[in-house]
Amino acid sequence: MATDAPPPSKAEHRLPPTEEFVRVQESAEFGELRRSYRSFAFPLTVAFIAWYLLYVLLSNFAGGFMGTKLFGNINVALVLGLAQFLTTFLIAWWYSRHAATKLDPKAEAIKSRMENGA
Amino acid sequence: MSSVQHVQQTFLAANEASEHRTLIISLFAAFVLATLAITIWAGRQTKDEADFYAGGRQFSAFQNGLAVSGDYMSAASFLGIAGAIAIFGYDGFLYSIGFLVAWLVALLLVAEPLRNSGRYTMGDVLAYRMRQRPVRTAAGTSTIVVSIFYLLAQMAGAGVLVSLLLGITSDAGKILIVALVGVLMIVYVSIGGMKGTTWVQMVKAVLLIGGTLLITFLVLLKFDFNISDLLGTAAENSGKGAAFLEPGLQYGATATSKIDFISLGIALVLGTAGLPHILIRFYTVPTAKAARKSVNWAIGIIGAFYLMTIALGFGAAALISQDEIIESNPSGNTAAPLLALHLGGVDSAWGAALLATISAVAFATILAVVAGLTLASSSSFAHDIYANVIRKGQATGAEEVRAARWATVFIGIVSIALGALARDLNVAGLVALAFAVAASANLPTILYSLFWKRFTTQGALWSIYGGLIVAVGLVLFSPVVSGDPKAMFPGVDFAWFPLKNPGIISIPFGFLMGWLGTILSKEEPDSGKYAELEVRSLTGTGAH
Repeated sequence: MATDAPPPSKAEHRLPPTEEFVRVQESAEFGELRRSYRSFAFPLTVAFIAWYLLYVLLSNFAGGFMGTKLFGNINVALVLGLAQFLTTFLIAWWYSRHAATKLDPKAEAIKSRMENGA
Repeated sequence: MSSVQHVQQTFLAANEASEHRTLIISLFAAFVLATLAITIWAGRQTKDEADFYAGGRQFSAFQNGLAVSGDYMSAASFLGIAGAIAIFGYDGFLYSIGFLVAWLVALLLVAEPLRNSGRYTMGDVLAYRMRQRPVRTAAGTSTIVVSIFYLLAQMAGAGVLVSLLLGITSDAGKILIVALVGVLMIVYVSIGGMKGTTWVQMVKAVLLIGGTLLITFLVLLKFDFNISDLLGTAAENSGKGAAFLEPGLQYGATATSKIDFISLGIALVLGTAGLPHILIRFYTVPTAKAARKSVNWAIGIIGAFYLMTIALGFGAAALISQDEIIESNPSGNTAAPLLALHLGGVDSAWGAALLATISAVAFATILAVVAGLTLASSSSFAHDIYANVIRKGQATGAEEVRAARWATVFIGIVSIALGALARDLNVAGLVALAFAVAASANLPTILYSLFWKRFTTQGALWSIYGGLIVAVGLVLFSPVVSGDPKAMFPGVDFAWFPLKNPGIISIPFGFLMGWLGTILSKEEPDSGKYAELEVRSLTGTGAH
């Protein structure tokens, strides 16, 4: 028991045997789902963290540039800070759209087949 | 208005006006009574351990998004960021940005896989394909340590609020209030479980957003909705001129402080996805899709809130003198409630009412977050350590819930005891420490577990304990704990580590240890278990 997965709960669907998980994991269909997820999420994560770190480093080492006033008392630092907000909202929306159109249908197909024991 | 002249009057107002004290206490009492009623109602609906740990998994994506926001926007966000901006200007705004961007890590990499493959705790996912007992012990330990760091910050917030609002300056009085917060949180969590706590978070999120909107509106109204004017007045009134609106006031002075800034930035962006009290919220919705939607709601709500911290922080800097802000609390933790007082008029009933309202909101914020943290640690104790390690998986659901309730009492008492220690530190800075510990001990293991086929039990243990020990150890020997006038123990100096935030060292170290532990381990990874975890995490097959 101690080395098993958590025990099944009352509302659980049929949990297929490990061999079937291995078979599905090696299938082309699952490979496609994994690729579609990873090739979207991983580069995007690297990109937004790099963009955020660029902002942190600019704040640190490019004080003069960040202090440049654009209009009134609004300077580059504030605009870049607000740009971080904007990109966060956009990335969240973009990922969710990708997940809903590209990932969910594939995931759903695999899940229902596995749980219905086909 | 010339707020410099009002310094003395404000303190008279804050300390003497028993009228507004009555108002604060009644507003706060109303919140406590309403949430207690919810808690008792939720307690009656709590039938089994899935109800206690995960609120029966029946909350909607919007409800959970609201509750996630409530759990996340702590005293650090409301009091700490406003104070940091009010004193250090632009540098304080980094917190807002880091706290928000961090949600993308949770959205893209963690929320859905976690929802699909775990049941009740973060440890469920970390231990999924590992040897259960050692990994669950490690996961439980780091959950409790991260939560206690976070609790410390909330308790510090409660302490400073009380001394400002109720004029209680004696240590006994402050400890009494911290104890009251502690007792309330024990009641919320042990009776209401996840169901009660989730509803309390929702109520609090609505109150906090409402209060912040009101203050933002009033600040903008004062400046005819001209942001440039607001910033200009803030810069001028701060006495620091244009530098107040540029990065560098707090962190630009020396090479060390610049590194500290990078360290803080890294800890903020990587911490969120390793915070146990946030992660367990994803179990309260029925599917991974709902978890994704609740993160999206949370990003919207939290993002809107952090945008308003600009008005809060710079508004306080523009309308209140620096002397007054710093005299009230050296780290600026009381800037937001002081701003409310000034917006309404220092000697007017309207000012007192506004102060009372905002303070009650801040109390509600603290209370709700404290409850969320306590739930995370007691769940992890009961589910990871008690049920799976001590009882080796043989405990019944009822026994687990009983253990969780006792753990709640214990953690409540510990946090009351610690709460008295951290009064003069900026609350946001303290929370950033919890983020650093979470990013060092939890995030590497979560990511390796989900995405790296070769990852082994030894890797998980090295990564959790390595990240945890280095992060906590560096904090212990940092200026946060000793060797600084604002430190927890200002009288002694054993601070040989110069940075206030350990993230820049401890986070890479956590990742490194996970990798090293894995490549050096003799055991073969369980590939069948990884197949289960990977297929489950991406498809939701067999999800609870």
